[in-house]
Amino acid sequence: MAKVQLKDVVLARSGDKGDTCDISVFAPNEAVYEHLKRVLTPEVVKAHFGPWVQGEVECFEVPNVLALKFLCHGALGGGASSSLRLDNLGKCFGSNLMRLEIDLPDHLLNQLHAGGEDR
Amino acid sequence: MKQVRIGAAQGFYGDIIEPALDLAEKSDVQYLCFDCLAELTLAILQKDRQRDPSLGYTKDIAITARTLLPYVRRKGIKLITNAGGLNPEGARREMIRIAQEMGIKGLRIAIATGDDILDRLDELQAAGVDLSDRETGRPLAAIRDRLLFANAYLGAQPIVECLRQGADVVITGRTTDTAQFLAPLIYEFGWWADDWDRLAQGLVLGHLMECSGQVTGGNFSGDWWNVPDLDRIGYPLAEVNEDGSFVLTKAPGTGGRVSVDTVREQFLYEIHDPATYITPDAVADLTAVRIEQAGPDRVRVSGAKGRPAPPTLKVVMGYRNGFMGSGMIGFAWPKALTKARRAAGIIRRQLDRMGVRYEEFWVDYLGVNALHGPAAPIPDEDKVNEVFLRVSIRTQDREQAARLGRLFPPLVLNGPPGVAMMPFAAHTRELIGLWTALIPRELVEERVRVSVEEVA
Repeated sequence: MAKVQLKDVVLARSGDKGDTCDISVFAPNEAVYEHLKRVLTPEVVKAHFGPWVQGEVECFEVPNVLALKFLCHGALGGGASSSLRLDNLGKCFGSNLMRLEIDLPDHLLNQLHAGGEDR
Repeated sequence: MKQVRIGAAQGFYGDIIEPALDLAEKSDVQYLCFDCLAELTLAILQKDRQRDPSLGYTKDIAITARTLLPYVRRKGIKLITNAGGLNPEGARREMIRIAQEMGIKGLRIAIATGDDILDRLDELQAAGVDLSDRETGRPLAAIRDRLLFANAYLGAQPIVECLRQGADVVITGRTTDTAQFLAPLIYEFGWWADDWDRLAQGLVLGHLMECSGQVTGGNFSGDWWNVPDLDRIGYPLAEVNEDGSFVLTKAPGTGGRVSVDTVREQFLYEIHDPATYITPDAVADLTAVRIEQAGPDRVRVSGAKGRPAPPTLKVVMGYRNGFMGSGMIGFAWPKALTKARRAAGIIRRQLDRMGVRYEEFWVDYLGVNALHGPAAPIPDEDKVNEVFLRVSIRTQDREQAARLGRLFPPLVLNGPPGVAMMPFAAHTRELIGLWTALIPRELVEERVRVSVEEVA
């Protein structure tokens, strides 16, 4: 088992609607996707952002594109046009989530390296 | 087998025009479709319209017209845009004026109206429509006197009607982001209004294309450093089959990348429940979609499932929601972060002593944690070369907000050492609150009108 940052494993893009920030996280293959479903829970995501996510975090599974979709409510200081935040559009939440460290079994890690990931 | 080719021309008000020109020049695109209206854009357009009633549309429609009308004439490319904003008629006048200036006659320019319900709110409430905010449940009365705009999101059908009436250019007000892209498919293929699976495919196409370069290598979180030539990025071009399946690509010779990864990142962008993507035209299930590489810079998309369109339309209203004042100042090593923190304390105490009335006091340290907030670890201060302090306050009136900015220049002389100010680093702006409601669609659609005018 290795500790890795999500930036070495996934793709992520985030955006806004009202005061909700949505983050999509994409796995590189099915095995990693199954693992992410277990370790990347809404509770873990909410804890990562701390006070920047005031409301609940919801998660939707999108297996056809190996994705988890997180909706973070109350995350943008009132929403783009009412927010004092610099990232009022929530576009940096994806990269922020990539800081998160997860446990990754060695065989999954080896697969990633074999795949020639270059991040 | 018939194929329809749709290109994306603009992803927001202020987007560049060169990629649309590339598509017009170098590809065999038949329709160039624009999405000019983010949630907030109508607030900007409303302020324009209050200053000058002939405005209220996105002013870069003039650039669109000058750049692309020659191709409408020469190659028969059709333009579909929601640049009309709050004043589609005004946008059409401007486009006709430019067409005449350029000597381009005979073009048929259509508009669709009826989305603007600001003047109908009392009538709608009297008819029993609940216009309380869906997020907070507050009644409309709470913000009624501060409203700037109120528009229902129209779907593709009014645009289809314009095309049926022979339009070369279609200009609408508030439509869904996907409507401009779906409409030509309905028109060309003659899809039925209840052909939910095909309509859902068209919605997926529209959703993938409406943010222009975000599907062709822009804002890509993977190996973005390997994406070629973002300085001349190509915007997406879709080759669509009668069954709704399509290949997404871009104009030859342009930069950017179209891969399964760039496409799937955009596929879920700003979508909430992916199994239930609600639009006025259909409800799409994105979890059934297949995304496959079909060649270099070519990605095939198929398999969307659709369900019946909802009986309601979404209305978004914008209201005046106070003001933001902010100021910025930079501090140099050594102890740059400590200096910035100390300066923030000075500003706060001065504001309080002056009796400035603010509801929120917000501090960012640019270079440290302005974009990632509390999740970003604070670096070893000796390794931090510089930090910019940004302070923002939320107030009820403009003058209170503006007082914050005036506290920054004196800090150069009176505060911690090693300071740099940026020009125009202080500013004040009005905040806009957004309010959403659902309204029975027939109450809006019975007032939707289309009209076609020929350039004389």
